[in-house]
Amino acid sequence: MYSPTIILEALVNGLMLGAVYALIALGLTLIYGVLHIVNFAHGALLTVSMYLVWIGCEYFGLDPYVAILFVTPAMFAIGYFLQRLVIGPASRGSDNGILLVTLGLSIVIQNLLLAGFNSDTRTIVTDYAFGVIPLGPLLLSQPRVIGLAVSVVTAGLLWLVLNRTDIGKAIRAVAKEKLGASLVGIDVAHVYAMTFAIGTACLAIAGGLLMPSFYVSPTTGAAFVLVAFTIVVLGGMGSIPGALIGGLLIGVVEAASSLFLGDSLGQIGIFLIFILVLLFKPTGLFGAR
Amino acid sequence: MLEITDLRAGYGGTEVLRGLTLSVGKGEIVAVLGSNGVGKTTLNKVLSGVQPARSGAIRFNGQDIFGASAKTVVSAGLIHVPEGRKIFPNLTILENLELGGYCRPKSARRTNLDKVFSIFPRLKERTTQLAGTMSGGEQQMLAIGRGLMGEPKLLILDEPSLGLSPLLVEEMFTLIRRLSDDGLPIMLVEQNVVQSLELASRAYILENGTVTISGDAAKLKDDPELRRAYLGL
Ligand SMILES: Nc1ncnc2c1ncn2[C@@H]1O[C@H](COP(=O)(O)OP(=O)(O)O)[C@@H](O)[C@H]1O
Ligand SMILES: [Mg+2]
Repeated sequence: MYSPTIILEALVNGLMLGAVYALIALGLTLIYGVLHIVNFAHGALLTVSMYLVWIGCEYFGLDPYVAILFVTPAMFAIGYFLQRLVIGPASRGSDNGILLVTLGLSIVIQNLLLAGFNSDTRTIVTDYAFGVIPLGPLLLSQPRVIGLAVSVVTAGLLWLVLNRTDIGKAIRAVAKEKLGASLVGIDVAHVYAMTFAIGTACLAIAGGLLMPSFYVSPTTGAAFVLVAFTIVVLGGMGSIPGALIGGLLIGVVEAASSLFLGDSLGQIGIFLIFILVLLFKPTGLFGAR
Repeated sequence: MLEITDLRAGYGGTEVLRGLTLSVGKGEIVAVLGSNGVGKTTLNKVLSGVQPARSGAIRFNGQDIFGASAKTVVSAGLIHVPEGRKIFPNLTILENLELGGYCRPKSARRTNLDKVFSIFPRLKERTTQLAGTMSGGEQQMLAIGRGLMGEPKLLILDEPSLGLSPLLVEEMFTLIRRLSDDGLPIMLVEQNVVQSLELASRAYILENGTVTISGDAAKLKDDPELRRAYLGL
């Protein structure tokens, strides 16, 4: 059996990775909560973010954390125009239509990445990738500590935007009452695009936080987003606190099942939870309805 | 103030407004009356730019707003308090009111809030309450308050008395009179014929998407045809 220190260390490290998962789930749940679409392109857009971070490091000599500062506005703009020019106009019809649009978009992006970068895996070498920060008897992974800190700050900023700014209030208003929003002069198409942009910008930050310890290939994002989907369902579709707490929880569960079942089975615990939630509390921990 | 000429609009293949003409002048309360399904709400949606019209003309305060976006209409000062209130249930009372002033400069917000709170003191007591947890009557007050935050030059009220108790209906109509006395032109869309005619200066009766009877509200009250059709007399 493992010593309590090792177990605790693994769980804390898992919790910190969970914070980055939460960031990915945050974007997904925000887009679902406001636009009422399941964004199947989320994974592909995470992959794009990771490649952009990699390009920043490889070709411009940036530190991945510094690259976040450039990739975030870029992904924000990509998200805005994707919704405004592609997804929005294409989703006038049925819900199935939107589903196919985001799914199609993810396939297109993935294939563009394949064409541009082929299927090789790319990594960034930093001198802190395996660095540790001691906390009492525990050794915490340095990139994960940074990941936790940046995720918490990002979630805090997002909370401020949603609760303290007019555009944030407009986003929350549109989520529940589109007609009422139009009648006070809110441009719903713009709010949709801003929401999609914010959700996509979360991916840029997550991409930068992941790159020091993970590789990127054209399909990398899909694996993370599968976990993010689980988090969104666990936390309750469209619930932001749900995504945050769900993310941390899933990080811990993944760490525990890797520890006790082995690395290759680490994700089994996640999908077990996914199925249990669907069976017993399909609205999730914080879900309405 | 508001002039609508030969307006046609509908959904898909069905025409709902079939050549509707009406106007609201400065300082007036104009009642637009008609039973369920005659197209009153459709008219309001077309006016506020959330539902396209097919043909006709809409002028507001000297500006052509036919086909204008909702944002343009609101910015022009034509504010529509919709049927069913359509407040933001997941936002607080204060946030609902703030968003009412979405198209207005933030510098005016404090003054406008004070004005709304002086009309609806009950809203001031509970600024942090979620709007969705309020009673129907309070939600109607909030919807009107939110409309007033948009600095209306003309206020459209779509069935403000719907679902309210008789006492609250009375209160609502008193309030409308008060807003009008303060100089705000009002287009009052109602099914409540008797009370609306008492309040309004002029009225239009809609049937099947057009105006069938119109004129001075006091005279309409005694119109035999109207009494037969709407009051069962
Ligand atoms: N969104 C819609 N799609 C299709 N038909 C509609 C829609 N809204 C209203 N209608 C139809 O238009 C007609 C007028 O409705 P409405 O304007 O709501 O009338 P009123 O407000 O006078 O009760 C009704 O026959 C109604 O069924
Ligand atoms: Mg109606």
